[in-house]
Amino acid sequence: MTVRKNQATLTADEKRRFVTAVLELKRSGRYDTFVTTHNEFIVADTDNGERTGHRSPSFLPWHRRFLLEFERALQSVDASVALPYWDWSTDRSARSSLWAPDFLGGTGRSRDGRVTDGPFAAATGVWPITVRLDGRTYLRRALGGAGRELPTRAEVDSVLSIPTYDMAPWNSASDGFRNHLEGWRGVNLHNRVHVWVGGQMATGVSPNDPVFWLHHAYIDKLWAQWQRRHPDAGYVPAAGTPDVVDLDETMKPWHDTRPADLLDHTRHYTFDTD
Amino acid sequence: MPRLTRRRALTAAAALASGAGAGAGAQAAAAPGAAAHDHGSPDSPSPAPSSTSSPSSPSSFDEVYKGRRIQGRPSTGGGHHHGTGYAVFVDGVELHVMRNADGSWISVVSHYDPVPTPRAAARAAVDELQGAKLVPFPAN
Repeated sequence: MTVRKNQATLTADEKRRFVTAVLELKRSGRYDTFVTTHNEFIVADTDNGERTGHRSPSFLPWHRRFLLEFERALQSVDASVALPYWDWSTDRSARSSLWAPDFLGGTGRSRDGRVTDGPFAAATGVWPITVRLDGRTYLRRALGGAGRELPTRAEVDSVLSIPTYDMAPWNSASDGFRNHLEGWRGVNLHNRVHVWVGGQMATGVSPNDPVFWLHHAYIDKLWAQWQRRHPDAGYVPAAGTPDVVDLDETMKPWHDTRPADLLDHTRHYTFDTD
Repeated sequence: MPRLTRRRALTAAAALASGAGAGAGAQAAAAPGAAAHDHGSPDSPSPAPSSTSSPSSPSSFDEVYKGRRIQGRPSTGGGHHHGTGYAVFVDGVELHVMRNADGSWISVVSHYDPVPTPRAAARAAVDELQGAKLVPFPAN
């Protein structure tokens, strides 16, 4: 059984294996298919039209399935690898071990945002940004550069306390847990972390930065924590909602999984704590 | 893409001469050459943006911001606008933008950080690009 661990607790060997598997997916071309898929949904999901991956109730099950696909791809390279998660409410500085050269590398240089250390720095030659929105082919970051702080534990708790999963109009204007976690409304958790990292993480091609997976693995863990706090609250809407994935409707692009199939993460993996 | 008029070129030159930074964009926007193509003031949020299926579209804009030409205009479709009904260009290359239900805007290069207007989204894109050329997104 896959156990997803806090990135801060990984051993040197676990970090090395994770990085090596990610680089192998990149080399083989499989990695970039994930970037392409994500951007396609980013531009297609709209508040007043069909919406599946973002700004909608299925934001959480869609990314759960997306991460499962990526984790299975990693495991096809090295069966010992699991996705780590980044608890940005605790490891909230650019000095965190997450950003050390033996793991994801650090922030970008001031002139052009280019990441210059770690296994994903352009100079290694093994991490070209090929699915991109502009001419720049190197990984960029500006950790904390947008002048914002990462969310605090108190802000996370305030969102976990929201008792309703999601609410009409089921989009970026919604009240409820999902939209506060996603960040279009309220204290802003998920969106703000993308902005804090900067570079490609602030764009539709955000999976170009491997921290994408660690960020979303923690968002996914917060969903699991919310479920434990609110055992009587479930995924909504249940049925008959235009443009929105109801509980028992299948999700694009897989067409074989419903939110109902993804509510229980323990069928696929467990976490190191909780 | 229309060629730069002489007046607009002068405006651009003045903006460049004033140095990089937000001040350059503000100067260009306030200059007569830029204002001549503005229809109303896109930086003032349109009244009562709604979450209904056909919100009224913001006005057009056309300016040089940090040395790059940014333009926005209501759009009559095209398969990739997803109902936004508004198109934004940076140096003539279309930038994918989207309107949120609350009337704020994002673009594909600044996707998680809503700003009040499509012009603000275009300026945020220029900031993010740091001089890099946009890659045209595929029209589907």
